[in-house]
Amino acid sequence: MVKLETQSPAETKALGRKIARNLKSGDIIALIGELGAGKTCLAQGLALGLGVSPKDYVASPSFVLVKEYGGRTPLYHIDLFRINSTEELESLGWEEYLYGEGVCIIEWAERAGKLMPSEYLRIELEILGSRRRRIRLKAFGRHYQAVLRKLR
Amino acid sequence: MLVLGIETSCDETAAAIVEDGRKIHSNIVASQLRLHKKFGGVVPELASRAHLRAIPLILKEAYQVAKASPEDIGAIAVTNGPGLIGSLLVGVSTAKALSYVHNLPLIGINHLEGHIYSNFLTRVVHPPFLSLIVSGGHTSLVLVKDYGKYELLGATRDDAAGEAYDKVGKLLGLGYPGGPAIDRLAQKGDSRKIKFPRPYLPHSFDFSFSGLKTAVLYYLKRQAVDDKGGPLNRDSGSIPPPTSLPVTDIAASFQAAVVDVLVKKSLKAVNKTKVKKLVVGGGVTANTTLRRRLKEEAAEAGIRVYIPPRYLSTDNAAMIASAGYYRFQQGCRSDSLTLNAVADLKLS
Repeated sequence: MVKLETQSPAETKALGRKIARNLKSGDIIALIGELGAGKTCLAQGLALGLGVSPKDYVASPSFVLVKEYGGRTPLYHIDLFRINSTEELESLGWEEYLYGEGVCIIEWAERAGKLMPSEYLRIELEILGSRRRRIRLKAFGRHYQAVLRKLR
Repeated sequence: MLVLGIETSCDETAAAIVEDGRKIHSNIVASQLRLHKKFGGVVPELASRAHLRAIPLILKEAYQVAKASPEDIGAIAVTNGPGLIGSLLVGVSTAKALSYVHNLPLIGINHLEGHIYSNFLTRVVHPPFLSLIVSGGHTSLVLVKDYGKYELLGATRDDAAGEAYDKVGKLLGLGYPGGPAIDRLAQKGDSRKIKFPRPYLPHSFDFSFSGLKTAVLYYLKRQAVDDKGGPLNRDSGSIPPPTSLPVTDIAASFQAAVVDVLVKKSLKAVNKTKVKKLVVGGGVTANTTLRRRLKEEAAEAGIRVYIPPRYLSTDNAAMIASAGYYRFQQGCRSDSLTLNAVADLKLS
């Protein structure tokens, strides 16, 4: 596990950018943290690092559930904020995104429960101050351990 | 000419029959919330499967209410983006099949374009004008230069305005969706009690409401500490409203911040583009304070403002049929075999 602190939204975004360098098609990133913790901010950094144009605003997908972007691989930005049950998630076509041809970033990933795959990178954000965040990164699976090693 | 409109981009399954882009013969919206109840809670609310079940019923009803049959229809218009791909595909596939079977021209419509045309169903308005589209999924300022000619001036960089409402509603423990509940509470509150930030982004017509939501969160946390109340309820994501200040004042203060930004930026864009007309659309335009302030401040500035009635401000297919009619008049046709749903379709 990697534990660090960022001092501003810009730093949180920069961290996302750095992580994205070592991601490839098929990778899954789970973002966990309360409202305002910086999940979308981190996702914006990940998107930039994946080659999504800065002109494409990576806005919160809470309402539409999934937003798609084209970078060096397709990016599926998924948000489970409005999901109430795992049945709803299954009928959303969840597996097609997860095992599709792109990187999946999943906000509120804890709501997926047992439907989360066994291997993914878990990133937890915690509010420490108005701009400061504690960020914990945990790898599930070898590939994601390598992603974390390269981050150090 | 009658146009059949079909809309399935997000939660609503909708079909409508509209004459000459302006006269509604039928406008059927199956709020999937009601559908959910009808099927005894078996059908998930947010799913393409729910659209799939609803669409034959909705189409049948649209024809019945309009007292029309497929032979009376001149063209089919369908939302082909932006939205949730699985949901969009239900509408697009249905429209393609109907177009092929009945040999009718097909027109793919951008959902945002539909929201602009929701105004054409009740009033006469001609481009050029400035349009503010504000909903759960979108907050955009669009210059409509002519029928079907758009220039996107600005959009939200993070949360849409409607989404900020839903999230603050959640923080206040008001349930989903948060917009109508906050609007009701705000009418009884004092909007000057708390100074929440106004994210104006001065050199741009973009919006940013994420910071405002977080400001409400910090405010509630500070109050919770001051009240020496219990720890935050992390599971539900809501914080018990502070005892020292009525929730009505928090709702009113938050709402004032959102409305200030929406109204000021829209009027600024109208002035900059010198079009003198502001046409708004999207679910958030049902908001009481936004409607009032837009009318008041536009009148003061000598700008004509067009706001759709509430039943046309949320997602519906009549607005898609209307947009389809005008596109048809311009000679637009989509291929009934190859039209595709595009999740991130841009307005063009």
